[in-house]
Amino acid sequence: MDLVSGEKLENMTSMEKIRLILDKVKTGRIVVLESGLTPDEEVRLIEMTMTEIRVDEFSGIEIESYPSKKEGSLFDKLFGRNIKGRLTVIGPANQLRTIEKDKYQISTKVSVGD
Amino acid sequence: MGFISGFKRSLDAWINSIFKKKRAKIGLYGPPNAGKTTLANRIVRDWSDGESFGSVSPIPHETRRAMRKEGVMINANGSSIELDIVDTPGMATKIDFKEFMAFGLSEQEAKKRAKEATEGVIEAIKWLDDLDGVLLVMDSTEDPYTQVNVTVIGNMEARKLPLLIVANKMDLPNASPSRIKAAFPQHAMVPISALEGSNIDDLYKAIAHNFG
Repeated sequence: MDLVSGEKLENMTSMEKIRLILDKVKTGRIVVLESGLTPDEEVRLIEMTMTEIRVDEFSGIEIESYPSKKEGSLFDKLFGRNIKGRLTVIGPANQLRTIEKDKYQISTKVSVGD
Repeated sequence: MGFISGFKRSLDAWINSIFKKKRAKIGLYGPPNAGKTTLANRIVRDWSDGESFGSVSPIPHETRRAMRKEGVMINANGSSIELDIVDTPGMATKIDFKEFMAFGLSEQEAKKRAKEATEGVIEAIKWLDDLDGVLLVMDSTEDPYTQVNVTVIGNMEARKLPLLIVANKMDLPNASPSRIKAAFPQHAMVPISALEGSNIDDLYKAIAHNFG
């Protein structure tokens, strides 16, 4: 399991984050992002995941994040940049399963050796 | 999202809010088997020439290509709005062909369906860039905190585009629209049964109000 700090994510481009996640998840790792992804990055991750699905090799990802939060300066709000990502858990679909999720807690089950 | 595209979306949202445009391109989004195509079929049957969008099936990912119907005029609440409706394939983060085999498909059919389903998800995502609003269809018997719901709502909020949540499958005994409302209280929600048509007039009023 890799826990990636918000500071590291801040210094990465969207594509770098998506590549980092998929490379790790495809080798069976669970990735926890401290500051999550933006909504746009989340859909790009799903899009990229779909292009990499292969029969009997990789069936996709399980991703869980909390609903995004609005914050930031007036300038950020003006240009629609006030939606901040929150803690996000991503793993291989055949190893990570969400048990329960609400606004404040994500419970997952991780299977090893599948 | 770049500076220029963010600015353009904010400007578009501002212009739309002032001029209240009466034609809107809306997408039906949601996880597989939430009832998107059943709802799309009902809308065109109620307000158009009756030609249906597509077939429905208990097997997930029955819709694997986005389908579009232009110029559907809805009259409700004393106002009318012309909609271009896009019924999108179900959004998912994983697609395993073995899931389809459990519904009786052969391995070859299941693999073909899985391949087409991945392309369908990509197409649904591409459509997000080209819409004026979204009807997010949720199965009200399921947990609303799915990642698809969270991601679609997050994207519409970031783009400042209108979103209406449709709590579908109210005809089922364990439906719980209150769970959806509690999960996403900041958005309008209409409980319906697209299959039986119950409460569908309230949905049309909400569409005219939210997208008109």
